[in-house]
Amino acid sequence: MPEGQVLELTGLTKRFGAVSAVDSLDARVEPGLVTGFLGPNGAGKTTSLRMLLGLVRPTSGTATIGGKRYADLASPLQTVGAALEASSFHPGRSAANHLKVYARAAKLPISRVDEVLGLVGLSDVAGRRVGGFSLGMRQRLGLATALLGDPGVLVLDEPTNGLDPEGIRWMRSLLRHLAEEGRTVLISSHLLAEVQQTVDALLIISHGRLVFQGGVEDLADPDEYATVVDAPDRAALSALLDERGIPYQLLRNGFTIRHLEPVEVGALAAGAGIALSNLQSKGASLEDIFLELVSGVRAHASAGGTTVPAATPTAGIPDAEAPAPVPTAAVPAESVPAAAVPAEPVPAAAVPAEPVPAAAVPAESVPVEPGPGAEPAPSTAMVTVAAPAPALRAEAPPAPTQPEAPRSSYSVASTGVIDVVPPAQTATAPPAHDGTATADAVPADTVTGDTAPGNTSTDDGEVQR
Amino acid sequence: MSLVAVTRSEYTKQFSTVGWWVLAIVLVVYVAFTAGVLALVFGGVASGRLTGNGPTPQTEGLAGLVYSSASGVGYVFPLLVGTLMVTTEFRHKTLTPTFLATPRRGVVLGGKFFVGIVVGLLYGILGSAAAVAAGAGVLSIFGVDAELGSPDTWTLVGRMLLAFSLWALVGIGVGTVVRNQVAAIVIVLAVTLFIEPIVRTLGGLVSGFSEVVKWFPSAASDALVGKTIFGAMSSGGSGSLDWWVGGLVLLAYAVVFLVIGLFTTWRRDID
Repeated sequence: MPEGQVLELTGLTKRFGAVSAVDSLDARVEPGLVTGFLGPNGAGKTTSLRMLLGLVRPTSGTATIGGKRYADLASPLQTVGAALEASSFHPGRSAANHLKVYARAAKLPISRVDEVLGLVGLSDVAGRRVGGFSLGMRQRLGLATALLGDPGVLVLDEPTNGLDPEGIRWMRSLLRHLAEEGRTVLISSHLLAEVQQTVDALLIISHGRLVFQGGVEDLADPDEYATVVDAPDRAALSALLDERGIPYQLLRNGFTIRHLEPVEVGALAAGAGIALSNLQSKGASLEDIFLELVSGVRAHASAGGTTVPAATPTAGIPDAEAPAPVPTAAVPAESVPAAAVPAEPVPAAAVPAEPVPAAAVPAESVPVEPGPGAEPAPSTAMVTVAAPAPALRAEAPPAPTQPEAPRSSYSVASTGVIDVVPPAQTATAPPAHDGTATADAVPADTVTGDTAPGNTSTDDGEVQR
Repeated sequence: MSLVAVTRSEYTKQFSTVGWWVLAIVLVVYVAFTAGVLALVFGGVASGRLTGNGPTPQTEGLAGLVYSSASGVGYVFPLLVGTLMVTTEFRHKTLTPTFLATPRRGVVLGGKFFVGIVVGLLYGILGSAAAVAAGAGVLSIFGVDAELGSPDTWTLVGRMLLAFSLWALVGIGVGTVVRNQVAAIVIVLAVTLFIEPIVRTLGGLVSGFSEVVKWFPSAASDALVGKTIFGAMSSGGSGSLDWWVGGLVLLAYAVVFLVIGLFTTWRRDID
């Protein structure tokens, strides 16, 4: 059984001329976990991985695998399996011969070639030239190359690129399985939604610097969770909430109540005899948090103070910051009972000094009253996603699991895109992409038939059940 | 990670794509055609069946001259195949998995070096066989002795095999220095088909110039093989190097290119 190794990046820096692609990156990747390595395009993910694998020479700092540099590993392919891009193949060579080349180099038995081809589902095309392969098949072949030496460490750059939803699900369960065997699994992505169900730990970098390191659960503040409730008789519900002095916000998909568990709201409504049409827990969008982290609006202690200051003028900041002033503008127009306005929870009060909750709230309000220049960058149609606890995931990651506890749910923007994109692009995002991303990000039973591509307008809460 | 494992890997790499046998077929056809035409002309004139312009050449040694066309015109092929062995890796980005499997990059170049010798020998055998078969066949039509039993003929073939292997190594060196595949192919073809023939022709005409020209790679190769059609045509000049010096000069070209490549492109970041 191959042993997982600790990957350690220490002060890792790569400069190309005056530009720092990676800037004194310190990170640690533990065995037995799937670690997501996230960042927008150009954040330095691939360069960091290539330095770890000895393909790119660091300007300074070190990257080690179990304490050794890659070049010093006695048997590299048996220690680390890496798939960096889907194009590292000679198009004229067959899949089996491609693997045979590297099996020979690593002194692996040739029988291993058929084994890994079977493992990734390419046995039928083993003799076919790689030039005729689709992107998904190339990804699988890249993974087969990585698995050739049965390594204890797997480093995969954008492993789900080009895979169909079924392939993505397969990849996730495979990665989980490999991590449960005690291996170190590091996957990079620029899509948070793509990895957040798979990973146990996250490394987020932006502009070559670490902005977050920790578990997925550490990313969001529990205070940012809220309950969404709706009833056919909204007037009765709002009257009840007013009566109890519970602050709320009325959006198209219902009342959003902060700091109150669904079970409490449900009991309240039941007591008042109000039939509910919708009751669920909703977290602050991880994607919003991610965007704020990479744009520097939000700093996280895990980054060790290396975060880019919020004042740094970057393209991402205006988008992410702009929503902050919106609530006051948007809320009065939206909240039906005027009495509710004074009771509106001021997000800033909940978490002082952090503009985060404010950013999360207007994301939903905006379509109703889009303040000029105040549109948040990503589409944030909320989709409730079951966040299986690690124990649950151990069985079968993509298995349909209903949210067990009200708190264990996240919201994901249905676009799944966590890159910093200008608002205009969000509006014209291709529907097909939305549909795919949603399907990918959500467990089977959560994605219902009405997750139609056209059904992803930014304030549309009906995607969820 | 040993050199043996890497050499086996490179061997699999080399013979698992169509490139080598496509070039081999072209080599055989090209050499056979050239040897056949030379045999036809020399054999015809020597035997008196064709009327020549100049003095009638002797039939003795004619066969060797015809057979030497294998390396005389065919050396471009091991040179190209050696160049492609390296530039293909850059072009298709296969250096990434290659260096992941063998992080000690110099060892990879060592593996290519040995496989280059093997491929060069293979091409040498194919090219010599084509030249001998076509040349001997046509010569025998004119009744000229094909000299297949002569030890000189087989010494010539042996030296041609050596020359082919050395040319493959020069090719690997060129590919390591010029990693852009298109640029490398253009350079190889331009030098071998235009620059060297022109310079060597001038070297035969201008006295003193030949002292420099004889150190050119193709001149060294011809010296190694011994007889060449080029040498026979440009009879002027102060002669060529000894055969073993020619071999060492060719090897020196290969080593110099390989060392330059090893300390420049081969050390660069792979992306």
